[in-house]
Amino acid sequence: MPNKKIQLKSARDGFGEALLELGKKNKDIVVVSADLAESTRAHHFAKKYPSRFVEVGVAEQNMLGVATGLALEGKIPFATSFGAFSPGRNWDQLRVSVCYSNANVKIIGSHTGLSVGPDGASHQALEDIAITRCLPNLVVLAPADFKETKLATVAAAKHQGPVYIRFARQAGPIFTKGKFAIGKAQVLIPGKDITLIGCGPILEEALIAARELAKKNIKLEVINSASIKPLDKNTILKSVKKTGRVITLEDHQIIGGLGSAVAELLSEKLPTPIKMIGVRDQFGRSGKADQLWEKYKMTHPYIIKEVLNLLKK
Amino acid sequence: MKEMSIEELKTTANNIRQDIIKMLFKTGSGHTGGSLGMADIFTVLYFKILKHTPEQTNNRYRDRLILSNGHICPVLYAALARANYFPLVKLKTLRQINSGLQGHPHRGSLPGIETSSGPLGQGISQAVGMAMAGFMNKQNHHIFCITSDGEHNEGQVWEAIMTAHKYKLDNLINIIDNNGIQIDGLTKHIMPLGSLRKKYESFGWHVMEMNGHNIKNIINTLEKAKKIKKPVAIIANTILGKDVSFMENQYVWHGKAPNEEEKNKALKELQNAK
Repeated sequence: MPNKKIQLKSARDGFGEALLELGKKNKDIVVVSADLAESTRAHHFAKKYPSRFVEVGVAEQNMLGVATGLALEGKIPFATSFGAFSPGRNWDQLRVSVCYSNANVKIIGSHTGLSVGPDGASHQALEDIAITRCLPNLVVLAPADFKETKLATVAAAKHQGPVYIRFARQAGPIFTKGKFAIGKAQVLIPGKDITLIGCGPILEEALIAARELAKKNIKLEVINSASIKPLDKNTILKSVKKTGRVITLEDHQIIGGLGSAVAELLSEKLPTPIKMIGVRDQFGRSGKADQLWEKYKMTHPYIIKEVLNLLKK
Repeated sequence: MKEMSIEELKTTANNIRQDIIKMLFKTGSGHTGGSLGMADIFTVLYFKILKHTPEQTNNRYRDRLILSNGHICPVLYAALARANYFPLVKLKTLRQINSGLQGHPHRGSLPGIETSSGPLGQGISQAVGMAMAGFMNKQNHHIFCITSDGEHNEGQVWEAIMTAHKYKLDNLINIIDNNGIQIDGLTKHIMPLGSLRKKYESFGWHVMEMNGHNIKNIINTLEKAKKIKKPVAIIANTILGKDVSFMENQYVWHGKAPNEEEKNKALKELQNAK
């Protein structure tokens, strides 16, 4: 569990701060909101740059169309909502209006994963990685903490073309290393026995597991693969060549998520035993984030159990 | 581009109709009826109303034409070709392998295509975004969006309509192809739209109506629409399959292409009408 002295900050605040900084530097940055500006933290931008803030109301389909129109005219629009609604509700608009035209739209899905908690299954986007990483032209990012979300937002603005960024609602510790590039993964803890590839705030559980395992002299290599598409093939293959065993971890369905992306890579290039940890073809439910991660068997005791199982193979 | 007289515009519309018949026959699939029905309006747009520079498609001062109901793209392709966006011979490649003339329009595959469309309801939202950008950039061009009556079944259209009113987008003109027909039958049977005029008016738009086959009426309506300080909806009353007797108002011609006999008959009628 996080040390209480550590300052907890949320990914969405990282997004909100990055937007303000981007807005100051670049007059082409605009924000389109579907009535959740305070929740996504786009409201700071709205206050500072009202003429570049577009509020379309609870209308996610129209939001992406409007964002596309702005992008085709040279703006850099950030279309902001919860992941459950965008890309959840407007996938066709994402596919045809945004991606088919390769429009420079940044789609922001906040409040993703079980960690949204009490709102329950309808609001917990657990499929957004699956439905976005299958779309041509689209970059898919899943930053883990405040700092990384801030950096990913800036990187998305610099990238020419559509980008989807998913992040979580809750506050957490900062454990990423202050560097971010699209297509690059980060080794958070080096190890030699097993590779764990994960994304999002749930990586905190992997870090705890790694520390516990180290006491038993088992060296878990923890990789933060925030760039889900493009995947950092080199970093992953280099690690897996060394360890020969893989665990993936994500607050998302295992069907179509980061684990699937890793499996696609390894099955072609380096077939390796994999255990995927994530939501296993179920809906979420109400509860606190840590309770849900526990209930869905994604916390460090389960990670440790899976590591020990894989080592037996 | 030189100004065309009314007679020249009529001739061009007739040529475009013949292009449509030939293209669709060659490829063997596509949407004939709606394309023929919009030939007069597209002719007036591309040869009279739009400020555009076919030799420089990214000219920032150009008027934008957004085809939201992408399935009638044969009429757009024919108009673009006749306006010198690309050679007329390319029309023969519609829907074929390695052609820029995709079955539904794709931005990037062909000069003059502003947006990608096909699934209905998406173009009008993009037109709204483009109109907003025009305001932000303090530009004076217009955004012309083409939608169809059946397309108004899509909820997204109404989301976009609300937004255009909220942001007072008086640079936006939505031309509604009101032919009363959609793919499975008559709009009044599939999903009654009631009064489009009253609906748009209650959403804060200015509404005009025109005969979509009267060149003078189309010109006058569009010229007036450009001066109105509100988003404008133009209900364009059109006839599906216009000028080909056996296609007119027949919903089966919404989504099919003519066979050889039908093509010859259609071309003969169009040539005689010239």
